[in-house]
Amino acid sequence: MHELKDLYQEVIVDHNRSPRNFGKLAGANRVLEGYNPLCGDRLTLYLNVKDNKIENITFDGSGCAISVASASLMTETIKGKSTGEAEGIFHSFHDMVTTDSGEPDFDKMGKLVAIAGVRDYPTRVKCATLCWHTLHSIIQGERASVSTE
Amino acid sequence: MNVAHKDISKTGAGTVLDVEALRGDFPILARRIRGKPLVYLDNGATAQKPRVVLETLDNYYRNYNANIHRGVHTLSGEATAAYEGARDRIRKFINARANAEVVFVRGTTEAINLVATCMGWGGVQRGDEIIISAMEHHSNIVPWQLLCERSGAVLRVIPINEAGELIMEEYARLLSDRTRLVAVTHISNALGTVNPVKQIIEMAHARGALALIDGAQAVPHTAVDVQTLDCDFYAFSGHKLFGPTGIGVLYGRQAVLEKFPPYQGGGDMIKMVSFEKTIYNDLPYRFEAGTPDIAGVIGLGAAVDYVTAVGLDRIAAHERDLLEYATDAARGISGLRIIGTAKEKAGILSFVLEGIHPHDIGTILDHDGVAIRTGHHCAMPVMEFYKVQATARASLAFYNNRADIDALIKAIAHARQVFH
Ligand SMILES: Cc1ncc(COP(=O)(O)O)c(C=O)c1O
Repeated sequence: MHELKDLYQEVIVDHNRSPRNFGKLAGANRVLEGYNPLCGDRLTLYLNVKDNKIENITFDGSGCAISVASASLMTETIKGKSTGEAEGIFHSFHDMVTTDSGEPDFDKMGKLVAIAGVRDYPTRVKCATLCWHTLHSIIQGERASVSTE
Repeated sequence: MNVAHKDISKTGAGTVLDVEALRGDFPILARRIRGKPLVYLDNGATAQKPRVVLETLDNYYRNYNANIHRGVHTLSGEATAAYEGARDRIRKFINARANAEVVFVRGTTEAINLVATCMGWGGVQRGDEIIISAMEHHSNIVPWQLLCERSGAVLRVIPINEAGELIMEEYARLLSDRTRLVAVTHISNALGTVNPVKQIIEMAHARGALALIDGAQAVPHTAVDVQTLDCDFYAFSGHKLFGPTGIGVLYGRQAVLEKFPPYQGGGDMIKMVSFEKTIYNDLPYRFEAGTPDIAGVIGLGAAVDYVTAVGLDRIAAHERDLLEYATDAARGISGLRIIGTAKEKAGILSFVLEGIHPHDIGTILDHDGVAIRTGHHCAMPVMEFYKVQATARASLAFYNNRADIDALIKAIAHARQVFH
């Protein structure tokens, strides 16, 4: 039996109520909207990327607590990281929320483990991954534009 | 050959439903969800099935499964008789004049697509107009958009007021000699509004337009008489009427259906085929190409018998009482806003909670065994109108009782607690 409080941890309730890095980013050079047509969640990511480094990132939009908290935690985690590192975290995050084996690895995932509870709620996994897929698209898009230069 | 027709639970004489006894007819209501008794309040999405429907399906497949209209053998005769017998009872259920007017389709969606497609082939032209309303399900929007795209016709939309009622003066203004068809929902799945469909149909006819009613949310809650309504088309789905999925009905006025070109070609819809000339079958078979959902039709027949025996008048009275009880209780929750407050409502309580997204409400309620729908309810223009992304929606069936509503209200309080 999965406890509800494993999903709606204090961290999630808190990040939902007061999301970090929330709002538009002046001087952003990468902007992309992520949309989940199934539930209508809409999040826009604003990034400032320089020399493959994510110097700053913010988001706005609206969605359920899981999607807002996930985006909030994501921005905190990847700010200052290289795009390659961010991609690595994206894949680890994806694994964490889609496999149900073992305890989430706090040493590796840090505060993102707060989201791990969604793996027991298959209908909610997309809420948690919306922001990450959007980030992934931005980074992929950047690579694509680099490769065509 | 028929299923040993079990009487539905004795509901007693008089006008009050014995809900507790009726609940016993629905095996799924005994289920537990995460250790809690199931409180099923997602009937607007699909309704649960009484034992008699399950047994009817089982009996067909076990004892007389065969194709219809094409065999001389005993099983085919039995299957054909059961299929056509169901059509006859479904005709009575909506009081159509003739079985020719009862076309079996996959559901409301296909019924509407059939009409839109055939109207396109049947001469809707550039400059013609189709009128729908701002509270339609996507299935009563998109087929008309497709028709308009293909034909150059124009789509007009009757607006709604803040309560979620059609603004009838605006409707009157939209009607013109160019209006070819008016398509509106009988009861809104997102708001619960009961529309004045009889008046809407009358006004359409006065301008020489056809009228289609989307009855998906209406047939489980209220008695429908297509002759009294005088509509040209009435569409509904079996699965929302306690019947199987995959089967639905298009009622079409015979004089109108007769002028329609065929929808799909194939077996059963023809009388004679040669490479030079094909003669189409009579109504309703002309619109039932291929092997239909035989079990679905027979199962829907059983569902209609069941609902008729329970009594739609008693169902309506019970649900009215229950919706009032739920609405009063919901009004007592601070921060809760009811979406859809029409004077005439049936079966549906849509709401949003301040500070809690509907999807979080849905997950928390599920933890307490309470099944509701959250999302845009396939009515994104309605969400847009109320400036919400989504709502939480509890939708009733006659087997719901006050204990279900109490569980809902308690679970909402729980959601508040999680988000303190
Ligand atoms: C008002 C309304 N119209 C049409 C439909 C579509 O019905 P179906 O999906 O069974 O074709 C629904 C079902 O959700 C509905 O509520």
